[in-house]
Amino acid sequence: MRARLWPELSAFAAVAVVVALLPRFVSDFRARELAIVGMYFIALLGLSILTGFNGQISLGHGAFMAIGGYTTAILSVDGFFGHQLRDLWTIPIAGLVAGIAGLVVGIPALRLSGLYLALITFGIAVSFPQLPKEFDHFFGGTTGKILDLAKPPFGLGTTTNNWIYYLTWGIALVLLVAAWLLVRGKTGRAFKAIRDSEVAAVSAGISLPRYKTLAFGISAFYAGVAGSLYAIANAYVNPDVFPIILSVYLVVGLAVGGLDSLFGMIAGAALIYFLQNHADTVARWINHLPALSLDPKQPGIPSVVFGIVLIVVMVLLPTGAGGLVRKLFGLLTSRLYTRS
Amino acid sequence: MPLLEVENVSMRFGGIVALDAVSFDAAAGEIVGLIGPNGAGKTTAFNVITRLYTPDEGDVRFDGESLFGTSPSGVIRRGIARTFQNVELFSGMSVIDNVRVGGHLRQGDQSADDVLFYMNLHSVRDRPVSDLPYGTQKRVELARALASGPQFLLLDEPAGGLSHEEVEQLGVFIRRMRDDFELTILLVEHHMGLVMGIADRVHVLDFGKRIAEGTPAEVQANTSVIEAYLGVPT
Ligand SMILES: Nc1ncnc2c1ncn2[C@@H]1O[C@H](COP(=O)(O)OP(=O)(O)O)[C@@H](O)[C@H]1O
Ligand SMILES: [Mg+2]
Repeated sequence: MRARLWPELSAFAAVAVVVALLPRFVSDFRARELAIVGMYFIALLGLSILTGFNGQISLGHGAFMAIGGYTTAILSVDGFFGHQLRDLWTIPIAGLVAGIAGLVVGIPALRLSGLYLALITFGIAVSFPQLPKEFDHFFGGTTGKILDLAKPPFGLGTTTNNWIYYLTWGIALVLLVAAWLLVRGKTGRAFKAIRDSEVAAVSAGISLPRYKTLAFGISAFYAGVAGSLYAIANAYVNPDVFPIILSVYLVVGLAVGGLDSLFGMIAGAALIYFLQNHADTVARWINHLPALSLDPKQPGIPSVVFGIVLIVVMVLLPTGAGGLVRKLFGLLTSRLYTRS
Repeated sequence: MPLLEVENVSMRFGGIVALDAVSFDAAAGEIVGLIGPNGAGKTTAFNVITRLYTPDEGDVRFDGESLFGTSPSGVIRRGIARTFQNVELFSGMSVIDNVRVGGHLRQGDQSADDVLFYMNLHSVRDRPVSDLPYGTQKRVELARALASGPQFLLLDEPAGGLSHEEVEQLGVFIRRMRDDFELTILLVEHHMGLVMGIADRVHVLDFGKRIAEGTPAEVQANTSVIEAYLGVPT
């Protein structure tokens, strides 16, 4: 067992070092981009717990991010009974509110599986953006809510973008460790057992209602924290900040990251950010292939590119980035074993 | 009083009557065989006892108390553990983690390692179960069931897919397990040699009905059993 621990510990140390040092080598704007990647990473960690480790699919995690984002916006703009909260303190609350929403969604999810669960959660993703429009007094309607610009805490001589970067990745690393401890522990074993065989899990004394809703709640907590950070970085929320397609992007990121590979989610998050913001670049690359010409400026191209990349990745790497690393590592260690 | 009493249980799936007013029992310390041709309702009986299915009629009592007040995940708390006809392991997990899940409701995981030693599985402790040969997987499943510290064990075709040699070892092993852990065992098995060799008593099902009951010798001599079952090549 100890032999299995060190690769993950050294991977974590490497990630922590890179995270700490990266801003020194990149521009302020890049630091902001990387912060957004960190937010997707947090959301993907949550989705990995739900789908990768518990086997429940959700096409509605963008909605949990939106719940987190709106919680932060409402608490820091309108406040709680007139008392405005500092953006930092709204983050855990946003996670909890989204987490509770996740528990609530988890209850009907118990009766559904596979395609039906995908449809229901996608329904949540589709209908959630209507909520702020319907109750515009509370949610600010289509205009949304404008937050104060995030400021580094007093005395910290850093730029706003660097501050958001460190805040996001600091939280991301803590939540990574938390997820790692969770999936290795008794609860994580119960999650995985349900994923692999519900009947055997039940017969071993694992309560499906308890653990499946718990997985939904924890997963939504992660998404809520991610959405909260996104609102803080953006300094405004409206229904377009958390579009329906976000939920789909998250599932794509999850698949690319490798479902049950926590570290792989970094790759998934980077892909989401890259394809969302640099789809035109990818479209130009694709145009180098014979007989293809995508107009990078046309609307809808990001989705097309996203789809193409997804198909290519899934065909070449069905187990995602995490699976690739594991395979390479497996080759390496089996060499070592056979030599000794 | 028998430890397990299945009383007049009927279970229908649409038009199929999988169990038709079936009654049987098992006394503490017994190895009881449950045999019958394919589709006779043996696995369904297991699923009723372990609360995966709720029957249309009848009752199942354990230790004198109905099991129908117990949730499916609570059955193991009453001391009932099982294996599955077509191995239901947690395929994405290691051997030790599979066995640890078996001890989900117990404190600590020392017992998981003890069970691995007992089952002679310690050499594959950290291997993913999906890498193991079928026979070994079946042993892991048995280890998982034992890890809960059961009083009553339901084995659904434990010899299925095993080699001739493995089956012989299994027979010896099931008896030893019963003695070491003071178990009561309900054994569904197609392998007549195995059942007749180790069972104290045998119940025979055919088309959802119990058609005979007795010691292995009595059952083997029963003409309706011979017609229904023993004549059918397995
Ligand atoms: N979940 C189910 N849905 C529909 N039919 C079932 C189900 N489980 C069992 N059956 C039917 O009940 C009958 C008994 O099956 P089973 O208990 O598996 O038999 P055995 O284990 O004795 O071979 C069969 O006709 C089978 O098709
Ligand atoms: Mg069967």
